[in-house]
Amino acid sequence: MARLALAFFMTCGLAAAALANTNTDRAPAELERLVLQDCGSCHGLTLKGGLGRPITPDVMQHFDREDLRDIILDGIPGTAMPPWRQVMTESEAMWIADYLQGRER
Amino acid sequence: MKAFLSVLFVLMGGLVAAQERVVATGDLGVVVERATGSVLIVDQSEMGTVARVEGFGDLSHASVVFSPDQQFAYVFGRDGGLTKLDLVTQSIANRIIQAGNSIGGAISDDGALIAVSNYEPGGVKIFDAETLDLVADLPTGSKTIGLVDAPGRKFVFSLWDAGETWIADLSGGEMLLQKFQNVGANPYDALITADGRRYIVGLFGEDGLTAFDLWDETPQPKKILADYGKGQQDLPVYKMPHLEGWALAGDRFVLPAVGHHQVLWVSSANLEELGRTDTHGQPIFAVARPDGRHVWVNYAHPKNDTVEVIDSLTGEVIQTLTPGPAVLHMEFTPRGHQVWLSVRDANRIDIYDTRTFEKLGEIPADTPSGIFFTARAHKTGL
Repeated sequence: MARLALAFFMTCGLAAAALANTNTDRAPAELERLVLQDCGSCHGLTLKGGLGRPITPDVMQHFDREDLRDIILDGIPGTAMPPWRQVMTESEAMWIADYLQGRER
Repeated sequence: MKAFLSVLFVLMGGLVAAQERVVATGDLGVVVERATGSVLIVDQSEMGTVARVEGFGDLSHASVVFSPDQQFAYVFGRDGGLTKLDLVTQSIANRIIQAGNSIGGAISDDGALIAVSNYEPGGVKIFDAETLDLVADLPTGSKTIGLVDAPGRKFVFSLWDAGETWIADLSGGEMLLQKFQNVGANPYDALITADGRRYIVGLFGEDGLTAFDLWDETPQPKKILADYGKGQQDLPVYKMPHLEGWALAGDRFVLPAVGHHQVLWVSSANLEELGRTDTHGQPIFAVARPDGRHVWVNYAHPKNDTVEVIDSLTGEVIQTLTPGPAVLHMEFTPRGHQVWLSVRDANRIDIYDTRTFEKLGEIPADTPSGIFFTARAHKTGL
């Protein structure tokens, strides 16, 4: 599994958006649904991949937990992976990273 | 559909009542239940469900085409499954797993061939519609998208990774293959117009789109709308728009922009941009009512509880509906008097009158996505 090189483009705007994002975290069941249904738009309902790469636990465990959270929040520039920061909190992204790595919380 | 029951009394050493039921399929449809691997067979006239059929595998991204006689629906599943559903017996007639991960399919104009486009291992496979036996295998080394049928037993498709469009002609004994390179960065979907003339490819990796004139003896890729998106900050795309579902509204196409909350109007005569309409969110489907008078648009997460209706003459939004959470797909009845919407997270199909915008009914469905009416059997590109 090739390790992913991450490019971060943290602009003031993004940082401000992060600070402004103080909505209450969604319940785990709702986050799980978001992963399966909405991440599933590209990665497949079973997370085995589609236009997006497979994101099943066996693939995801090779990533660093925080790296995964940051990919979810900031996307991967130059690919179809969008930044989710506008629509989720950092702790929600961390919950999803743990979920993808097979760690139930 | 009315089922006519003709009861035949046959005297066979006692008394046996055999019932013969005539099933007409012209007003039926198939609804994909994406989480359970099942489909509903629905009846437009009755506004209800005829049957639920199970055993279709992973339908998290699925689409359906119909045989010319409207007896069979071919269901393309995410897991590479190709399932032939008999609408008359309401049962699976045949099913194969033809790849590891697939995205959609098409049926040739004569109904003889079924083509499937695959993400894993990539490429396109073509099957006999009767038997589902493999007829041709086209490895592309790339995820294939935007697969459509074109008149004359042709299939056209594009390559996400390689930025190419291929035309496969199966009208003769030997398959002829044309390949066009440099179609654009990351083509994500394509449409063919109902007259079979224009194949239009949406691009994720750059501004503009690419169009082919298939009436030309030697079609060439032509960049259109090259300026759309220039100088604007692209917004996050939480779901790729779909271009299938031909969207010809009178003398113009309507296309969802990608990374911009707009639909784009394009002249069908010369493919020049005619204007844009600002929309509620990232459009997913922009579908013209069959007469072309209105265009209905649904949106990506997180704005997917809303549908807007746009007047194709003025480009103005004339109606905003909020059917419920996660409206995934819209399908018009063949003459456009109703539209059926799948409301995924409310587990139902909603039916609206397209002129009064009044809700006419609901049909329960388990996480519904695509809705496909059998009238698609008689249209190019659907």
